[in-house]
Amino acid sequence: MSLSFTLSCPVPVTQHKAIVLGHGSGGRLTSQLVRELFLPAFDNPALRKLDDQAVLDVAPGRIAVTTDSYVVTPLFFPGGDIGRLAVNGTVNDLAMSGARPLYLTAAFIIEEGLPLEDLERVVHSMAQAAADAGVAIVTGDTKVVNRGCADKLFITTAGVGLVPAGVSISASNAMSGDVVIVSGPIGDHGITIWSTRENIDFTGSLQSDTAPLHALVEAMIAAGDVHVLRDPTRGGLGTSLCEIAGSSSVGVELEAYAVPVREEVKAACEILGMDPLFVANEGRLVAMVAESSAEKVLQAMRAVPLGQDACRIGRVVPEHAGMVLVKTEIGGSRILDVPFAEQLPRIC
Amino acid sequence: MCLAIPGKVVELEEEGSMRMGRIDYGGITRQACLAYIPDPQIGDYVMVHVGFAISKVDAEEAARTYRYLAEMNQLEEIAAPETPPEAMP
Amino acid sequence: MKYVDEYRDQKLAEKLAAEIRRAATKPWAIMEVCGGQTHSIVKYGIDYLLPHEVELVHGPGCPVCVTPLEMIDRAHAIARQPGVIFCSFGDMLRVPGSHADLFQVKAAGADVRIVYSPLDCLRIAAANPTRKVVFFAIGFETTAPANAMAVWHARRQGIRNFSVLVSHVLVPPAMTGILESPDNRVQAFLGPGHVCAVMGFREYEPIAPRYGTPIVITGFEPLDLLEGTLMAVRQLEQGRAEVENQYARAADADGNTDAQKMIHRVFEVCDRAWRGIGIIPRSGYCLNDEFRDYDAEQVFELGPIHAPEPAICISGQVLTGLKKPHDCPAFGKECTPQNPLGATMVSAEGACAAYYNYGRHLVALPSAMGKV
Repeated sequence: MSLSFTLSCPVPVTQHKAIVLGHGSGGRLTSQLVRELFLPAFDNPALRKLDDQAVLDVAPGRIAVTTDSYVVTPLFFPGGDIGRLAVNGTVNDLAMSGARPLYLTAAFIIEEGLPLEDLERVVHSMAQAAADAGVAIVTGDTKVVNRGCADKLFITTAGVGLVPAGVSISASNAMSGDVVIVSGPIGDHGITIWSTRENIDFTGSLQSDTAPLHALVEAMIAAGDVHVLRDPTRGGLGTSLCEIAGSSSVGVELEAYAVPVREEVKAACEILGMDPLFVANEGRLVAMVAESSAEKVLQAMRAVPLGQDACRIGRVVPEHAGMVLVKTEIGGSRILDVPFAEQLPRIC
Repeated sequence: MCLAIPGKVVELEEEGSMRMGRIDYGGITRQACLAYIPDPQIGDYVMVHVGFAISKVDAEEAARTYRYLAEMNQLEEIAAPETPPEAMP
Repeated sequence: MKYVDEYRDQKLAEKLAAEIRRAATKPWAIMEVCGGQTHSIVKYGIDYLLPHEVELVHGPGCPVCVTPLEMIDRAHAIARQPGVIFCSFGDMLRVPGSHADLFQVKAAGADVRIVYSPLDCLRIAAANPTRKVVFFAIGFETTAPANAMAVWHARRQGIRNFSVLVSHVLVPPAMTGILESPDNRVQAFLGPGHVCAVMGFREYEPIAPRYGTPIVITGFEPLDLLEGTLMAVRQLEQGRAEVENQYARAADADGNTDAQKMIHRVFEVCDRAWRGIGIIPRSGYCLNDEFRDYDAEQVFELGPIHAPEPAICISGQVLTGLKKPHDCPAFGKECTPQNPLGATMVSAEGACAAYYNYGRHLVALPSAMGKV
């Protein structure tokens, strides 16, 4: 009796439609992901070496370093995605010191089951954002966790930049008499994220304002005496102003009617019962600028696309140090207080 | 207990057997239940609370209140003119 | 935004404030009932435009402030039950119960979700047929038609995995409760504009003359609140005690009869406990017999829950205008917005939280009071 059988050796699957645990194992699947996705997307000389680290030439001087994690849900939203947010957010943190952003790192924690298509979309978006911002993503890491142990995708970055000589910008540098300037309308990003939640379902032209601000900052520093820069992300403009008032031990007077808010954002905030002052931004900055330079700085800002709506919103005063006082739309007065936790929609 | 926002009815819909509508709040729209508004029309303004229209905005009353306030404004200015009569064009 | 922006005009606000200054010749204490009105007063700094004679007393018109501790604890106990999806408006998430708030209950593993309308809960129930969806139905009469519709619709659609934890409260009994108190110092009310959009204001018509207290039904924008205050001051100065309607663009005497019909189809009036005050008879809604099977308190047999308030907290007396927040020994010390002991400090509309910020303001800039 003879048996015939066909030899069929179970070779591992190499074509995947979704991320599996193996992609984070450090073995061939990881290597495949790096060589087929990350490397071509982020391509630069340092990254091509695929060493455990990137060794870079940096001109003498002060370097600025920052780190951030991005956990936004949903991954894709009007105006951007988690990848673009990660690159712009890191670039902006560096830019707020006056630094020229140079290099980024990107570490990915991926939940198993994430469609490969989604990861590809995020990575290509990061590559585009990095190119737009003139920075290179020089090293990274990939881990994959069991389903349920991460919300689809988390990205952690670090950023390195160079602070030009003579530039000293810090939240503790505000001085009495400084003019408070905002680069554009507030609340776009946070309200866009809220509006994508199921059951809110706004339709309209809400979209995130995510954008790299370093070119705007460069124009501002060239035009005048900039003391403080902040990008008001979570917690919004209001939180940033309170923090600066505290760090610099100065008072801030904010003219509520002068703070620009787009009509759609305002309407969405009214419906949810939220205050635009505490809604996140991802492509705006607030600055405190010496009174004598304010007009020149504003003009320089308005000449750059991301600063075209820049305007004065208040001033720094010696009174009520550490507190932000708002002159309200009807001429009344209130103290701005940082909310205890994230602002929530209310019905009352 | 009372966050209600005025918006304009721009579309009428039915969901299940509930009368619904698309409400425009000035740049953004959102669905709301119109079951408590008898005979809603496109162009009506309604006050919306937790996704339900609870009353129609009475445009005449709104205009009347606002006219009263604006008149009060003018009366003040007549009572205490800022420019002396000779200087006025 | 139409019907919003016009009522935030600075020039008109200043004119109204000037009229109030002209009209008030004696000190008057006027209570605004609704939390949304308190929010507006604080947000726009309306107090600062008023003369010293006119004091705005913040009333109990905020569900965050008045929902009793036992009810919060009941909500937490239900949320912790396996298989439950607990849905609530955002306002209630940070209100502390005896041991925790809903955020902490969520962090410990409960499925707690924010909803923007009671109808959201029906969609969640339909999408999760094996789970029990519970909705925290709080609010004044304004929210009752929406909550009633959700229950009525659940019955019509045969949705069985949905129930409501009801903690509705009514304004007129709270008002008379305040007026009945021998220590009452409230002399006029700014009535709740959106409650009246639903219920009309006929119920207030006997209250005004009986207690000699003007009631001006008022809206929520700065010009509404200023105009309402002016109308109240004029009544007080003229010795009148009537119901007047400042908010005629959204509310009238009869209210929304369709909404009222639905409320009465689903709910009945019952006694209700108010946090810090105690039981006010016939001051709340609960599900009537026909819809009792949607009552979460029946669906989840929890048994009695005892929740004593911290002894030091005088929220009840603050909520009814009897005492001012700074009369409380804990105010600003053990009890602050970051570490609230009672309801009136938890919510930004709470009288104590509002006063806390007002007080800091006085310290910050006494000359910027704006009281010309």
